[in-house]
Amino acid sequence: MAIAREAEPVGSLSEVKEAGLDREDLLQIYRNMLITRGIEERGHILYKQGKIPGSFYTGRGNEAASVGIATAMGSDDVGTPLHRDMGVHITRGVEPWRIFAQYMGRADGPTKGKDGNVHMADAKLGLIAMVSHLPAMLPVAVGCALAFRIREEKRVALAWFGEGASARGDTHEGMNFAGVRRLPVVFICDNNQWAYSTPTHLEYACEHLADRAQAYGFEGVVVDGTDTLAVYREAKRAIEKARAGGGPTLIECMTLRMEGHAVHDDAFYVPKELFEEWAKRDPIERFRTWLRDNATMTDEEEDEITTSVKRLLNEAIARAEESPLPDPSTVLDGVYATPEDLDTPHHK
Amino acid sequence: MAEKTYLQAISDGLRQEMRRDKRVFVIGEDVGVYGGAFKVTLGFQEEFGPWRVLDAPLAETAIVGGATGAAIMGMRPVAEMQFADFISCAWDQLITVAAKQRYRAGTPVPIVIRLPSGGRFSGGPFHSQNPESSFAHIPGLKIVCPATPEDAKGLIVSAIEDPNPVLFFEHKHLYRRIKGEVPDDRYSTPIGKARLHREGEDVSLITWGAMVYTATEAAKQLEEQDASVEIVDLRSIMPWDREAVLESVRKTSKVLVLHEDNRTGGFGAEIAATIAEEAFEHLDAPVKRLAAPDTPVPFSPPLEKAFIPQVENVVSALRELVEY
Repeated sequence: MAIAREAEPVGSLSEVKEAGLDREDLLQIYRNMLITRGIEERGHILYKQGKIPGSFYTGRGNEAASVGIATAMGSDDVGTPLHRDMGVHITRGVEPWRIFAQYMGRADGPTKGKDGNVHMADAKLGLIAMVSHLPAMLPVAVGCALAFRIREEKRVALAWFGEGASARGDTHEGMNFAGVRRLPVVFICDNNQWAYSTPTHLEYACEHLADRAQAYGFEGVVVDGTDTLAVYREAKRAIEKARAGGGPTLIECMTLRMEGHAVHDDAFYVPKELFEEWAKRDPIERFRTWLRDNATMTDEEEDEITTSVKRLLNEAIARAEESPLPDPSTVLDGVYATPEDLDTPHHK
Repeated sequence: MAEKTYLQAISDGLRQEMRRDKRVFVIGEDVGVYGGAFKVTLGFQEEFGPWRVLDAPLAETAIVGGATGAAIMGMRPVAEMQFADFISCAWDQLITVAAKQRYRAGTPVPIVIRLPSGGRFSGGPFHSQNPESSFAHIPGLKIVCPATPEDAKGLIVSAIEDPNPVLFFEHKHLYRRIKGEVPDDRYSTPIGKARLHREGEDVSLITWGAMVYTATEAAKQLEEQDASVEIVDLRSIMPWDREAVLESVRKTSKVLVLHEDNRTGGFGAEIAATIAEEAFEHLDAPVKRLAAPDTPVPFSPPLEKAFIPQVENVVSALRELVEY
């Protein structure tokens, strides 16, 4: 039996304006979704060209959710996006060329080649770099919220996790602590239905993961993760509730992981019909149609966005390829922080 | 200057830092109303309030992960594990997130984890361990093991000031047994500098934590037999004061490394290997190690006594070296 609230889709432009988005914002969301997908498509090509070491992960199918949530964040809010959440980095303002440099292990990537793929974050933009042990970032985000609460700042932390990560203890410990202390944190579950090859019925036994929120003493919401405006509205509501002292919310964004776990995985275990069904709900195509039907996006506007995104990505790849590989002598650098390192945006 | 117990010294240092720096807060199980299982934070909640002395749910991952997030946001958390043994529940947060965040993402994580450690009270396998060596193998962590009240205060201050994750191993056997003069004013004791606990000519004994006192008793016995033992108290094992150890070894030419953690892969092995690499030509005897055997910490008093290095074990190890 479902306990969580199931969010309604967003309909008209006036409803969207009520949620705080003007037409300019809507076109920016569309642009950010295109950049997000474009980076991952181009990254895939670079990988096949042998220019990206290691493996390669994408969040195809999750663009609406990641961009929608990040659009609802305030400038002083912080978050711990994961490997399906490229849209968060893009929306917060990470320059695409630095992401390509990161993919390729170059010196100008945010981690200077020390870590790969989406294991990165720009602290100036309020983001904290993820680790592979995905739910480990939940208690960390809860700790950020704890700092805000202790200092009585009106800031909110966002913690991303997948339905796979929901099985681990960190998720429980983080949510329980946040609930007990009513901390200003919003938990975002990217439920893409597959943890590598494991389907949801082998991952959890409740109907919705958002149902669990009630047991932690806060609200759970299930939202269609391909509907960027519904995601935005729910995130905005939850973030402002947390900011006002109303405590956490768990938002479960339902999507389908449209590719394998990583580039080496052809996802043979996902039924073809499932891919076909979700392909019809492609988040970008869905939003494009909405913009044309409800916000009068013109052919000229659409062309301008498509062309400028293409140009941005071409320039980004060219610039990233100019970035040098890291000097091997830097292997020893930075294991320990120095007092000067505490002069960061977070430690002000 | 006043005489304080080891426990009071930790408590005083922590309280002083909380008074001067609003960013410092305490989080742990039963640290608030109850004042901590060993009463290190007794009276703190009355003075600093419930949001700077936080009673956490029984969840070490949330405690260490929460401390990490708060530290990244500019706070200076001091988290207490009720017993050092329970840090195993937070291993992932500490090793995967806190220890590596600076290297891979450039984000410093200035947290202190206080770890009441060590045996001799029939605490059994889960309340008696000295697991410091396991953490010394993890790049990015600092590991502090004070032996005296003066160092306990000075090192808790340094640990809080340090921009890195610092594991502060405080030995439970010393809490109320060891007293010493502790300056009232604020001071810090540098992490990575050994302390010459006792000067001697014939054998060097390298150790830390509660073993400093076992070593001292043994050294007194050897003194009666005309052999003088130099005791180097490392005070921290990551970083550790290689130069102080090598200097002592070059002087005495014989060395015993002693610790309460298990023998195999224990930090004593690292010290012994370093001495072999760097001071081989100064040695007049093989480097000797004395440590707990490779077993869990047993419960029953005679078994626990057989596990933890005793004064008589140290005496015979030293005598073997003197006579070599």
